[in-house]
Amino acid sequence: MATKKARTLRDLARMKRALAPGHRACAGCPFPVILKILMSATDDPLVIANATGCMEVTSTIFPYTAWPVPWIHNAFENAAATISGVESAYKALKRRGKIKTEKEIKFIAIGGDGGTYDIGLQSLSGAIERGHDFLYILYNNEGYMNTGIQRSSATPMYASTTTSPAGKVIPGKLQWRKEITDIMIAHQAKYVAQASPSHWVDFMKKVQKALETKGPTFINVISPCQPGWNYPPDMSIELARLAVESKYWILYEYRSDANNGLGGYKINYRPRKEVSIVEFLKPQRRYRHILDRPELIKDIEDHIRRNWERLERLEKELPLEE
Amino acid sequence: MAKRKTTRVALTGNEAMALAMKQINPDVVAAYPITPATEIVQLFSKYVADGEVDTEFVPVESEHSAMSACVGAAAAGARVMTGTASQGLALMHEILYIASALRLPITMCVVNRALSAPINIHCDHSDTMGSRDAGWIQIYTENVQEAYASVIVAVKSAEKANLPALVTTDGFVLSHGMEAVEIFDDEDVREFLGERKPLYNLLDIDNPITIGPLDLQDYFFEHKRAQIEAVFESKKHIYDAHREFEEFFGVKLPVFVEPYRLDDAEYAIVVMGSSAGTGKDAVDVMRDERGIKVGLLRMRIFRPFPFEEIQKYLSKVKYLAVMDRADSLNTMGGPLATEIARALYHLSERPIIHNFVYGLGGRDVPLENFYEVIEKMQWIAAGNTPERMVDYVGVRE
Repeated sequence: MATKKARTLRDLARMKRALAPGHRACAGCPFPVILKILMSATDDPLVIANATGCMEVTSTIFPYTAWPVPWIHNAFENAAATISGVESAYKALKRRGKIKTEKEIKFIAIGGDGGTYDIGLQSLSGAIERGHDFLYILYNNEGYMNTGIQRSSATPMYASTTTSPAGKVIPGKLQWRKEITDIMIAHQAKYVAQASPSHWVDFMKKVQKALETKGPTFINVISPCQPGWNYPPDMSIELARLAVESKYWILYEYRSDANNGLGGYKINYRPRKEVSIVEFLKPQRRYRHILDRPELIKDIEDHIRRNWERLERLEKELPLEE
Repeated sequence: MAKRKTTRVALTGNEAMALAMKQINPDVVAAYPITPATEIVQLFSKYVADGEVDTEFVPVESEHSAMSACVGAAAAGARVMTGTASQGLALMHEILYIASALRLPITMCVVNRALSAPINIHCDHSDTMGSRDAGWIQIYTENVQEAYASVIVAVKSAEKANLPALVTTDGFVLSHGMEAVEIFDDEDVREFLGERKPLYNLLDIDNPITIGPLDLQDYFFEHKRAQIEAVFESKKHIYDAHREFEEFFGVKLPVFVEPYRLDDAEYAIVVMGSSAGTGKDAVDVMRDERGIKVGLLRMRIFRPFPFEEIQKYLSKVKYLAVMDRADSLNTMGGPLATEIARALYHLSERPIIHNFVYGLGGRDVPLENFYEVIEKMQWIAAGNTPERMVDYVGVRE
């Protein structure tokens, strides 16, 4: 694979493959940044299948498209099944000598959390189990933001959405989000990772590792949503950083073939100093109803601590050596 | 008409469809098992396992994913096939519309089976009738021989029209019924179909295209209109594909409709699928033994709707019994009757139409059903007016 080297933001800015200007993503939306990092990670030809959602809607309104690579949108819940068809066609046509390019094409499916955790979970599960050679990118903004901020199973505890509103009795969503990264690890996807656009070098390396890996791979990228999380639009990358620094969003990776097939975990970033979760919660109006409820904040802190500790134990027991 | 070599073998409908798929050797097959179509997928996966085809077989986790993968593969330029029935087709429903609107000539073998509830595994046409507005070419076959040939000609029709096509057999009646079938040589089938020449190709990396963009008020209608026009034009493509089939193999195949003893008919029956065989026998009995001037029109292709052929063969009959193996639950009976009425309504000469729903959930369709239908039409001819637009035959009321 032809990987590209970018060490500074200036390097990244010079990389050509990105969404074209004029796309209609919200001010401050980080997914154009996520896509720039994704598409800059390699020179290999890419073919992308995109689930219905913000990204699809804002990047392709006919007669315009912001995509520099072959791209298909089929429906909401089937990006993984769609790319599995594309990848199968590639294999068959290559075998029959009908593919024009000598270069190896890489296949990527992209979905939001609604299209991945919820309605598209079966399609993703099937495609991973069948072992198709593709990378699934989940841009995770923790809710159905395209339809106007409804809860998904990625929405975190106590976040207020339009279908889990903070009311006089109920303080927002009452369930923890399910850990889809664990679910993908349980599928024995070859390479699984969590990433953040704030730590873009880490994210780019993960994309490169995923694309170098034969078989199904998965990266869960946090994608703060300005209207959905309700914060000033210049804070998206900062919030992604605070999510990582507060250990709310753990940057880690997993390889199923490590440790003789037992699998291996690696936490890629350990915050040097403790950052209170309140720093992450406070700028987001979806949490404003709990800022004066220390017992609810403690719930979140405990949950974060449990997740971190669990992952540290896994890493200790099954370390992933580079 | 150069006759190609054929070999006579005993096959069930499912075996015949699977064999046609083997001979076609598509680039990609994505499928999921469902009674009574399971065998098609099963047999095909054995062909793959034995290296008799080099198709990329994608054993998906649902029919929704089957059709989704077919769309992805067809958009990547592949020749793509699948098979399903009933609930499976219903689960594909959302993606059927996307396949046709993206102009992807996917070919699907469907074994007709009643939709739940109550759950049932036997034949009626409620499954494919539920997909009638999805923009697919729909071919209903009368027997196993025709099912076999129809799968091959459907691929040709679909690729000429750049529209997806489905070919049906009646569940169990044909899918599991064994017949002597004349089959072609693999090489001849492959030569006849040649290579698919896609309209566009997702894998053409030097010419990146965006497939399936958001299309709002300012363009959607034009694009939908273009798709509608493609359906208008598909009729010609379907005729051409059948003519080429006939010329290549030297075998005749009815195209949209098949008239039977209609020339001087006062009464006519319209029916689709395997019951047409029984219907033709009933016509013989009623004509030859009872002296009733009755004929039959079998509809083979339901989409695009053959209104011209309907007008040609049926406008001159006096009493028309339309037999639907599905009910629209609209108090007017089945979709076939509604659409035939529309095809004839504006003509100055047109028959009196009455609808009969029959054979739901695999209820046996004996000759008596057809006698009953014609007796009812004679009762109408005698000046009586039926209480409803539809009667139900072969059911305990």
